[in-house]
Amino acid sequence: MMNHTEKGILSSTRNRGVTGWILAMVLIGFYVLLYWAPELDRVIVSQKVSQFDSEMKTLPAGSEEYKNLARQKSLTIRSIQHRYYVKGLEEKYKPLVNQYKDGFTLNSVITTMSQPLNPMARGFCSMRNVFRGQPKDCSKEKASRWLLYGFLYTLFVTVLGIRFMRKWKNNPYQRMRTVSVIGFQVLIAFILPELIAYGKGDKPFYLSYFWPLKPEYFFPSELKQMPTALALWATAMAFVAVPVLTYFFGKRWYCSWVCGCGALAETAGDDFRHLSSKSSLSWRIEQVSIHSVLVIIVVITALLFVASGSDKNGGFYQGMMEVKTWYMFFISMGFAGVIGTGFYPLAGSRVWCRFGCPQAAILGLIQVLFSRFRITTNGDQCMSCGNCSTYCEMGIDVRQYAMTGQDIVRASCVGCGMCASVCPRGVLKLETGPRSKKLG
Amino acid sequence: MHVIIIGNGIAGITTATELRKRDKKIKITVISGESEYFYSRPALMYIYMRDMKLRDTQPYEKKFFKKQKINLVKDWVTSIDFEQKRLSLQGSSDLEYDYLVLALGSKANKFGWPGQDLPGVQGFVNLQELEELERRTENMNENNRVVVVGGGLIGVEVAEMMARRNIPCTFLVREETFWNVALGPGEGRMIQEEILEHGIDLRMQTNLKEIRPGENGEVAAIQTAETEEVIDCQVVVLAAGVSPNAELVKNTALEVDRGIKVDNQMKTNIEGVYACGDVAQQPPSTDGGRPVIEALWYTGKMHGPVVAENILGGQAVYDRGIWYNSAKFFEIDYHTYGLVGHNLPGEKEWYFRVPGERKSIRIIHRDNKVIGFNLLGIRYRDAVCRQWIEKEKSLDEVINNLHEANFDGEFYKKYETMFKEEYFKGQAS
Repeated sequence: MMNHTEKGILSSTRNRGVTGWILAMVLIGFYVLLYWAPELDRVIVSQKVSQFDSEMKTLPAGSEEYKNLARQKSLTIRSIQHRYYVKGLEEKYKPLVNQYKDGFTLNSVITTMSQPLNPMARGFCSMRNVFRGQPKDCSKEKASRWLLYGFLYTLFVTVLGIRFMRKWKNNPYQRMRTVSVIGFQVLIAFILPELIAYGKGDKPFYLSYFWPLKPEYFFPSELKQMPTALALWATAMAFVAVPVLTYFFGKRWYCSWVCGCGALAETAGDDFRHLSSKSSLSWRIEQVSIHSVLVIIVVITALLFVASGSDKNGGFYQGMMEVKTWYMFFISMGFAGVIGTGFYPLAGSRVWCRFGCPQAAILGLIQVLFSRFRITTNGDQCMSCGNCSTYCEMGIDVRQYAMTGQDIVRASCVGCGMCASVCPRGVLKLETGPRSKKLG
Repeated sequence: MHVIIIGNGIAGITTATELRKRDKKIKITVISGESEYFYSRPALMYIYMRDMKLRDTQPYEKKFFKKQKINLVKDWVTSIDFEQKRLSLQGSSDLEYDYLVLALGSKANKFGWPGQDLPGVQGFVNLQELEELERRTENMNENNRVVVVGGGLIGVEVAEMMARRNIPCTFLVREETFWNVALGPGEGRMIQEEILEHGIDLRMQTNLKEIRPGENGEVAAIQTAETEEVIDCQVVVLAAGVSPNAELVKNTALEVDRGIKVDNQMKTNIEGVYACGDVAQQPPSTDGGRPVIEALWYTGKMHGPVVAENILGGQAVYDRGIWYNSAKFFEIDYHTYGLVGHNLPGEKEWYFRVPGERKSIRIIHRDNKVIGFNLLGIRYRDAVCRQWIEKEKSLDEVINNLHEANFDGEFYKKYETMFKEEYFKGQAS
């Protein structure tokens, strides 16, 4: 059914072969550029400037070579300043700066890739004008890197989602679930956010993301900027929808039917499910890491609320701003983005979901402690083939439960249903029912 | 006390784990020449189809055996001295035992066809045969052909394997409808449709006459019996049933018939020596339903606790309970519970195939009590069906409550209402 060990390029990509590693490097490289290209460019420039300095030290001061190097150094600094800081420049330097302006930088890679989407950016701008009744001039609107990212992400989810649905055309659960994730990604995580964008800079608002996965939606500074309706929505989702829906359906209502991380994992990540580690060691590591991230974000959020009432120039407030920045850098960008997606060809499609996502941690605790969802096993029919465990993207050893006739109630289970779909003896069924009753 | 188990399949390994569950101290050694670690034999086909690697089919992590203090020896036993309680091994030194468990498994049947021992003719029962098949078919394409002989579960699985790798396959089945030992004619024909749809050259009511070598001395063609047609091929897989693999203990003091004879406590005629799994031959049953040799994963698993209990001084009696089995014919799931296809006196059946689908239900009943179920393409709950049989429910009652048994996934179309309507319509007419 799954064919993940066939020969050739496909096999190499799906099984940590050469092309698999290359793909991982490309994905990681793309994410690093997307998030940090300007910062990387500055690092490169400052190294160039240090190089100039050390060369200049070897030259006699006032000589022609010395003056040339000094001018180049000045231009290098100013060209970066010009591009990123838009400072006033002396007229005599402008023509020389323009030489540098069109030169190669890492940031220009992302900018070039974004330009074809300018019409789309203008379109969104016009649609926003319709909603707002305060028209803005859209003719100069340019596609940002985030529009590029959102577009590519949504494209991959849609195209590879359709491929997935064709593979599982006889499986109603897989088809419905995939329609759901594609729908949520296209409508709720790509188009709608642009239309209900808020605040200075038209920040897209995501109905399908909330605290703690998108922690800023419950940070005091952000809540103040959001329109009341959106702030209420985000809060209700985090604190009401999560426990209620998870009680009825298990964590799968979010993780494999709504969430965008899940959408990519289940569509583009389909080829890499089997790469998730099934070892008991991984399970132990996962339990520690995911709950650590949860504790960290809970503490940070609480402290930010405390800090919001304190002096904005004080050490505590400033310190909390630093902490917030580092969380966003390491966890939201580094862990969720770079590692989460970049590691698909190396460790499967759910590395973030399994080892880091604090939302998953909360949903998982609810699922295990008081949800009606479980995967039941059909008595003694299991013959331990291992298809279920092999294709479990969360690294759950499903087989152990199936062969001993135990229901599977695990915090990490996202209810993707692949175990039940690949089982050749019909031993597994995703079910909801009264907590106390063993259904199987 | 040292217990040695020869064979690390489901029967051997379950015996080992059940022994360890009951006694933390005794020494347990499991010997296998086939594989280093226990793996799921029914999953061999998935390794060939590249859905899984061998490691994925091993139910226990390697450190499990160390933790359980179950010693594993990878070697072939060459002879057993029952007097001295000693085993000779091919590569390592002799081992002595206090208790011996023979879990030697099955081998593919050969019925004396000319050419049946040619290179390129093989069964599909163990890792060595998987490796052989891999080697021989690795570079095959549409110009090659593999012939499968025997229309049972192994045969249909090998056909699926060939279809997945796009290797032309001719499937010789001597019965009139597929697997008629367990499937009725309607069910069998449904399976035949499925097999044909996957591009298999299925030949019903066709026997193998002989296997012919080519110039290199390896398989080059087969000839059928009925029409004497000659079919070129490079590999022949014999899937005409399996028999107990008792070679090792033939011509010893051990009583061996088709398999190693055991009583209902899994004991052989020799004190301290047990046999279980495919290789064991149990006394004929009197309740009309049980075969004498059980070559199934499920029964092998059930033998283990009985052997373990009795080695440790218990008096456990093997009770098969209500029969159950499952399989898959390409995309069609198969579940069976109870007595189906035994042709007991007074037995009747109710059969219904969903129009336009490869899904069907067959209920066997006798004296107004339901005694068996066959489900194809629909999943039914093991516990519910077996309970109905145990409690001797009437057919009417079962039909009225059929929805309780359904185990298909969410959003799947359910047919129990249709079944109910059809059944009661039939009753009325």
